[in-house]
Amino acid sequence: MSEIKIRAKIEGDETVVKCLMTHPMESGMRKDNKTGELIPAHFIQEVICKHKDRIVLKAALSGGVSQNPYLSFKFKGGAAGDPIEISWTDNKGESQSAKAEIAG
Amino acid sequence: MMIDRKRRTLILGALTGCSAWLASRLALAGWNADAFHSKDITSALKGLLGMESAETSERIQIKAPDIAENGAVVPITVETDLPDVRSITLVAAKNPNPLVASFEFVDPSVTPFVSTRIKMAETADLIAVVQSGDKFYQNARTVKVTIGGCGG
Repeated sequence: MSEIKIRAKIEGDETVVKCLMTHPMESGMRKDNKTGELIPAHFIQEVICKHKDRIVLKAALSGGVSQNPYLSFKFKGGAAGDPIEISWTDNKGESQSAKAEIAG
Repeated sequence: MMIDRKRRTLILGALTGCSAWLASRLALAGWNADAFHSKDITSALKGLLGMESAETSERIQIKAPDIAENGAVVPITVETDLPDVRSITLVAAKNPNPLVASFEFVDPSVTPFVSTRIKMAETADLIAVVQSGDKFYQNARTVKVTIGGCGG
């Protein structure tokens, strides 16, 4: 069901990465409109971004990040064709990972 | 017999509780639950970053809408020209759990920039905390929220 979309391209001397992760990001504080009961927390807690095999960015998220989290970051030293890998783990221990190449 | 069975149930219950606790601890490894569940900004930032205080710096630029029509999706971009940036942390001052997200710049090749979308419960300051070397700096920007993003 869920998926990760990654776009990475070179702009000047930087690689700009834009990423969209499909996830409900339920904070655990929202009530179901019909039943009035709290919807259980279900959100991504950790995101790891890799360029080739090195971790460049780590993110710790809460249920305060919007549904289907968007994340963009930049780094120097990327080349066209290099792999970018992004993976997440949520509070239920589920995880997903995806790879994309830096566009030339 | 009766006592025995009761005891067994108790032990089983304790064991189940224990493994559930262990599983949640494992899932949370590396995620600072205390800081993210904190309702207080100062203790959240101290717990997450070990931050005692931060100096206000105009060298931190926060890009966010002045008015957010939908608090469920508030785009925010934080950028800084401070040196040796180790992390950028986002706080929505009036959210039930103010600590929203924290980004650790593991590799020095990463530009001190981050862009994401967050939920805001009501009109409040968006605070960005930057760790530059061993020092902390912060800046804030008020975002007016017309429809809160945390209600049901």
